Amino acid sequence: MVEMREAYGRALADYGAQNERVVVLDADVSASTRSRHFAQRFPQRFFNVGITEAAMVDVAAGLALAGFIPFAHTFAFLLSLRAAESVRTCVAYARTNVKLIGAYGGLSDSYDGPTHHAICDLALMRSLPNMAVVVPADAEQAVAAIPAVAEWEGPVYLRLSRAAVPSATPPGQALQIGRGQLLREGSDVVLINCGVLLSRCLQAAQELESKGISAAVLNMPTLKPLDEELILNAASRCSAVVTIEEHNIIGGLGSAVAELLGQENPLPIRRVGIRDTFAESGPYEALLDRWGMSVADIVAAAEAALAQSKKHCLR
Amino acid sequence: MHPESLLLELAEQARRLRCLALEAISRAGSGHPGGCLSAAEILAALYFHHLRLDPREPNWPERDRFILSKGHAAPLLYAALALRGFFPLEELWTLRQLGSRLQGHPDRLKVPGVEMTSGSLGHGLPVGTGLALAARLSGARYRTYVLLGDGELQAGLVWEAALIAAKYRLSNLVAIVDNNGVQLDGPVHEILPIEPLAEKWRSFGWAVQEVDGHNIRELLDALDLAANIHERPAVIIAHTIKGKGCSFMEGQAAWHGRAPTPQELACALEELGHG
Repeated sequence: MVEMREAYGRALADYGAQNERVVVLDADVSASTRSRHFAQRFPQRFFNVGITEAAMVDVAAGLALAGFIPFAHTFAFLLSLRAAESVRTCVAYARTNVKLIGAYGGLSDSYDGPTHHAICDLALMRSLPNMAVVVPADAEQAVAAIPAVAEWEGPVYLRLSRAAVPSATPPGQALQIGRGQLLREGSDVVLINCGVLLSRCLQAAQELESKGISAAVLNMPTLKPLDEELILNAASRCSAVVTIEEHNIIGGLGSAVAELLGQENPLPIRRVGIRDTFAESGPYEALLDRWGMSVADIVAAAEAALAQSKKHCLR
Repeated sequence: MHPESLLLELAEQARRLRCLALEAISRAGSGHPGGCLSAAEILAALYFHHLRLDPREPNWPERDRFILSKGHAAPLLYAALALRGFFPLEELWTLRQLGSRLQGHPDRLKVPGVEMTSGSLGHGLPVGTGLALAARLSGARYRTYVLLGDGELQAGLVWEAALIAAKYRLSNLVAIVDNNGVQLDGPVHEILPIEPLAEKWRSFGWAVQEVDGHNIRELLDALDLAANIHERPAVIIAHTIKGKGCSFMEGQAAWHGRAPTPQELACALEELGHG
């Protein structure tokens, strides 16, 4: 297991050598976000603006207006909440080429507690016009996201994790914004994942198989634009859908998929995630289990969705 | 020394800006006349003399950058851009209409010459700080100017930017405060006092000048001086009168955000010597 933030920080510094237009900002948490690796390599292109998240986003917008590609870092909850209006006005509406890097996504800053957890950032960012939302599933994908995010013309929110998460994506795959990944074929239920719960999702698919249930697994490294074609294709071969995300079940992947399927293919759906509540301090993995994102929760959600689809069939 | 003929010409441009902005607001039926009228000399000094711009090439990389942080003065900015030839003057009469490029507040993606989208207060200075940092980084020689309202200075975001610009010693950044003393709900000193303003900026590490914001000579001198300050960003506190030039609007919070009726417009234009 590789800590996502460390892998990202080192890869960003490496990418900085290739792309001179990249500049980096941080709001006094470069040791945490690991943007300090870039700072050490390229001190002239690094701006630590202190605890001024909203201003940092605007300064990044100014740098983008002049042709630079700013990567602005802080904790995901601050970027999506304290700086939200800067993000809306000066990045999304003004369509500046700013890359917002939300470190410590989900519950990954687990011991610091709910003030430091980010459980509604995806909902907020997804609802902004012009904003792309990228959520890597593991350290390798976070590294692969860097060139994709930098080369995407326009605003991007990249949600990272503090945690060391198990590698779960196929090695050596580039990340393409707007493209999902079919990781496992299946014919009963589709498990659709966004973020670092992917390894749990794959485990759940195996458990389901041992119970005689065939589960497809999709990974969506970009929540927006959503790869609707991939989802609809997989859903057309199955009778139920489960979404899995380290986020409130309101507004994130679960909502995005429900919105899509509600219109195109209304299948029974269950949303695995945080059930509209604040979590608590504690060890990361234990928190995920305690707050509804265990492998067992995914399995149970798949079974419940399938049971509902059978009821539909009998009627 | 600026020749008298230049001062007279810029005073005439300020008068035209007032007339055009007021007429655009009146025709639109909504908008913010008070804060347009207070900033007319400031925009005249910038757009008709001080800024290096080329209307035929709005994206000329070396152009000076101007951000209207007090975006509600959009009609005044539009008037200046139209008079400078960035777009046809007649387009001013489409202000705030469906399908118009001239949004209620400036949209950089729609209007040639608008450097940054604004309207939500507080963002101009941090964005300008980014532009100034970018110039420093790329060795570009353009300068960045940000016009703020005095009520806007109540926003913490402005002072965050003031700290950042001072940290990086952005001597290529100039803030101008349209210190007209009145905000939407009333006098600034009643709503939330911001004085002592000069001391505040000075203590934040900025070079401070205070001028009569309706005196073109003082404005031009201050802009020249600001361009020659080293190692620090500069702020010009321009003391102005909200609604300046229109007797029934002067100093009145009620005219912060209401459009003149056709009759009121006619009175205002008469006072301004329209035609």
